[in-house]
Amino acid sequence: MNPWLVYALSGVALFSVGLVGLFSHQHVVKRILASNITGSGVLLVLVALARRVPSGPPDPVPHALVLTGIVVSVSSTALGVALARRMARLQAEATHSPEHEPRSDGEGP
Amino acid sequence: MDGLLDGCLALCLPLLAYLVLRTESLSQAVVLFVAFGLLSALGWARLEAPDIALVEAAVGTGLTGALLMHTLSWTEETPPDVRARARRRPWALLAMAALTLLLGWAVLALPADSPGLGLEVDARREDSGVKHPVTAVLLNFRGYDTLLEIAVLLVAALGARAVNPRSERASSEAAKDPLTGELFRMMTPALLLVAGYLVWVGDHGPGGAFQAGAILAGGGVVAILTSRMGTPRMSSLRVRWALLTGPLLFIGVAVAPLFSGGRLLEFPEKYAGTLIFIVEMALTVTIAMVLLMFFPGTRPPRTGRGSAR
Repeated sequence: MNPWLVYALSGVALFSVGLVGLFSHQHVVKRILASNITGSGVLLVLVALARRVPSGPPDPVPHALVLTGIVVSVSSTALGVALARRMARLQAEATHSPEHEPRSDGEGP
Repeated sequence: MDGLLDGCLALCLPLLAYLVLRTESLSQAVVLFVAFGLLSALGWARLEAPDIALVEAAVGTGLTGALLMHTLSWTEETPPDVRARARRRPWALLAMAALTLLLGWAVLALPADSPGLGLEVDARREDSGVKHPVTAVLLNFRGYDTLLEIAVLLVAALGARAVNPRSERASSEAAKDPLTGELFRMMTPALLLVAGYLVWVGDHGPGGAFQAGAILAGGGVVAILTSRMGTPRMSSLRVRWALLTGPLLFIGVAVAPLFSGGRLLEFPEKYAGTLIFIVEMALTVTIAMVLLMFFPGTRPPRTGRGSAR
């Protein structure tokens, strides 16, 4: 079996594990992790396919695409994490507020 | 022997991914995810993609892992252990198997030999101004990608700051810890040296702006977490300039040929090497700053949350 094929199949397995995880989890952080894993699977397939050259160094174009992809996935993770933090803060505020009468001080403290 | 290593690695990656999603504790999941990232960096090294291995180890695993760990300290107020568990669905495993088989069949159906675009890149590499093919593709042949990527990074940083506008003050507890401070002091020169080397080496070997920026940002994150440095503020003029240097310079270099009858992103052959180096330097600064902006600073003390009352 060619080495690239092993990694390409591994990437396929990663993609489906990540995708199923993405749909079956409810927690935000788990979903972010799952989407990262899905992305890793796609990138792994891409790099493995770049390795199919008969001889010499692998195809540099997919490598450049994957470099871009990793950086973009990091920025999407960072944005997701920022949204998760915002949600956590809003939830924390929502759980604290019922100690007051919500109607009497609607304008907040 | 090589086949055994490849086989083990290829088996371990999906297994670790499954464990990441399966485990009930969130912090354990993040730690497993970091391990997964490091193993995939090894896989990329095995696939003869050292550039990607470097970026994966520094950005994909290092910074993402730190960011996720950091988030856990924020989101732990919500009960994670109950909701982190996947709802048990029998069809999920079935769907996963079917999807794997379908995609695996598609991969197996591909021709085993394909030169790709490697020959074309090699033929034109002399004109690109750099010797390393990946850098040539990133900054010359497919400059659009990198230009838009910087825009994506910038938008993500702005978005992350927009939803959490208040930057948190660093607590003074960590500053008293002598060990982390000493570690940071020892680390800084090495970090700067490695980052400078990576920008320089990108011309003829694996390295470049992304790797160097990630290394610098990693140092910055340690500085923030050990309270050596406050979180960079969007209102600061210096931060804004650092964020804009890369994109503005790159846009300038990209647009300049339009005035002399050329096309967008068409570097003159004589100056291509110099221009690419300057753009990479500027991009390093911007990438480091953007990655640093993703960090919201240390967690405020627990009493701070009482302000909502």
